[in-house]
Amino acid sequence: MEDGPTKLPPGAYLRSSLPQDWLGQDDHGVVPQQMLETKQFSGSNCHLGTCRVPEVPRMVYAKAQVLKPTRADVLVMTPWFAPIIWDGVFDSTILDAQFQNATIGLTVFAIKKYVVFLELFLQTAEKHFMVGHRVTYYVFTDRPTDVPRVPLAEGRQLVVLEVRNYSRWQDVSMHRMEMISNFSQQRFLLEVDYLVCMDVDMKFSDHVGVEILSPLFGTLHPGFYRVAREAFTYERRPQSQAYIPRDEGDFYYAGGFFGGSVVEVLQLTTACHQAMVVDRANGIEAVWHDESHLNKYLLYHKPTKVLSPEYLWDEQMLQRPPFLRKLRYVAVPKNHAEIRN
Amino acid sequence: MRCRRLALGLGFCLLLGMALCFLWMYVENWLPFSYVPYYLPCPEIFNMKLQYKGEKPFQPVTWSLYPQPKLLEQRPTELLTLTPWLAPIVSEGTFNPELLQHIYQPLNLTIGVTVFAVGKYTQFIQHFLESAERFFMQGYRVRYYVFTNDPAAVPRVPLGPGRSLSTIPIQKHSRWEEISTRRMETISWHIAETAHREVDYLFCLDVDMVFRNPWGPETLGDLVAAIHPGYYAVPRQQFPYERRRVSTAFVADSEGDFYYGGAVFGGRVARVYEFTRGCHMAILADKANGIMAAWQEESHLNRRFLSHKPSKVLSPEYLWDDRKPQPPRLKLIRFSTLDKATGWLRS
Repeated sequence: MEDGPTKLPPGAYLRSSLPQDWLGQDDHGVVPQQMLETKQFSGSNCHLGTCRVPEVPRMVYAKAQVLKPTRADVLVMTPWFAPIIWDGVFDSTILDAQFQNATIGLTVFAIKKYVVFLELFLQTAEKHFMVGHRVTYYVFTDRPTDVPRVPLAEGRQLVVLEVRNYSRWQDVSMHRMEMISNFSQQRFLLEVDYLVCMDVDMKFSDHVGVEILSPLFGTLHPGFYRVAREAFTYERRPQSQAYIPRDEGDFYYAGGFFGGSVVEVLQLTTACHQAMVVDRANGIEAVWHDESHLNKYLLYHKPTKVLSPEYLWDEQMLQRPPFLRKLRYVAVPKNHAEIRN
Repeated sequence: MRCRRLALGLGFCLLLGMALCFLWMYVENWLPFSYVPYYLPCPEIFNMKLQYKGEKPFQPVTWSLYPQPKLLEQRPTELLTLTPWLAPIVSEGTFNPELLQHIYQPLNLTIGVTVFAVGKYTQFIQHFLESAERFFMQGYRVRYYVFTNDPAAVPRVPLGPGRSLSTIPIQKHSRWEEISTRRMETISWHIAETAHREVDYLFCLDVDMVFRNPWGPETLGDLVAAIHPGYYAVPRQQFPYERRRVSTAFVADSEGDFYYGGAVFGGRVARVYEFTRGCHMAILADKANGIMAAWQEESHLNRRFLSHKPSKVLSPEYLWDDRKPQPPRLKLIRFSTLDKATGWLRS
């Protein structure tokens, strides 16, 4: 695995300066970050010179009713206009047509014993994840020979990326940010339009499609959707780069399912990795590791879509509430102590 | 002898020339249709590549003094807040104005507004501009583009800091439908010539309206449409789409999301360019076939929004008809028509 910055492909201009608030200031006095200006941003295939809204062919589907909200029991849009994706809120007919040319990359880490989860993950992904669209699975592993051969449908491929492992599971988890960041620069920018970064010890149990795609999205952690912000398990020590004060916070996002356009994911993973490096130099590790840093990032760089807990659930730990009409991506039962040893 | 032959030859050539001339004039008039070059679009405008600035990603938002969003809340039935393709529908209560201000203010945006005030419609400019100065995009740089056949009739309205107005002379046509269908062409031409350099976002509004409540950055988006106040509660079969198959604006009974109003649309300037250009080409095609759509531009706008779905939709708060009683679900009317005698205005 390569370390350090690599040469960027033409057409992607990356500012190497970091947002000031990540470097030791805890008063949130932020110098506005400089923009990334690349033609790939916004994920809508905008090229220099013309700006195309995706055109859809004539289709037949049920009409939306202005006076009848589709879901009256849940919030479907954040105060900054990011849709919160629940069942019933979107029409796949239209969205599939809008995203028909999109290529989606799915990153998953199967380090050490976690390779055992790959088969079920990939099999269920073939059934439920972005069916009908071009998908590339990027499997990061230290055991390439243990990657199972799962038959893939048309337009889908699997790429094995050999990486090093770490002895502590916390380090394995946290270094995902670094690895995704490096590989984004090296290849993802060229190969896919969107990146989806997911945990491997899970399975798909219902449709997960292009309704999730947008420049930057996070998923609501299933344990905290009811909880007041003061009780979110954010990092609360000001010495950490992931520190969030008690009176701040929109949602508690899960570290196991986030994504967006390659450019935005690159920015997020780079920022999180750099923040973790600073923390390590200061002898501190955030309470929930990469998830803490993800939450800090998404508080100050608001996602353009938020996925409801339908998109990440644990049936063993949580009782299913009535408003959860579907369970799409769920935890696979595992013996934590044994698998992380 | 030679002189006479020369004279005869010259005379013959002259006669031949005149005969050819008359023949040409006869043929010219005999042809069933004549080519009117004015309708042809200028090639360079349509080939012009606009500098794409890119959708600016969200800046780090430092301001956090707002209530936590409540995920589970039994809400009284209100308006739909998301289209089936996940575009927000903007209405009061769906957004936090201060939070949006903190997101958009640092981007140093310039918002453009086009209005057409031709013939007697110049009388509306004053009210429009005065109300815009009170309610439209407060705190942002704004550029008004007033298209008129009578620049002298544009009143001097005092404008706030960072806000300016330019008057663009255009031709007045004899029929009001003609004036209306020219707007798409004029807007796309103007963007290509000027506006793409001057503004980030552009709104195209009708002039015979006034702002009554704040209209702010909640309306900004890639491509923005507004729901027509007369048809938001009506099934799609009753939308006044163009229903003749021969028109390029044709929409079938089984199609349609919302009926959008022609009085309000906008978005990022490059997207508005593509949109108005597309509408103009469709209008030209209809013109070549001798057809004018049922609601002129609005029909073409609706046809185009069906295949190029807006990324943000404004509720009827942003395009209201004052002749209608305000329903309780619409909490705040922000932009509405002035009651007027349309018959007289269009004469």
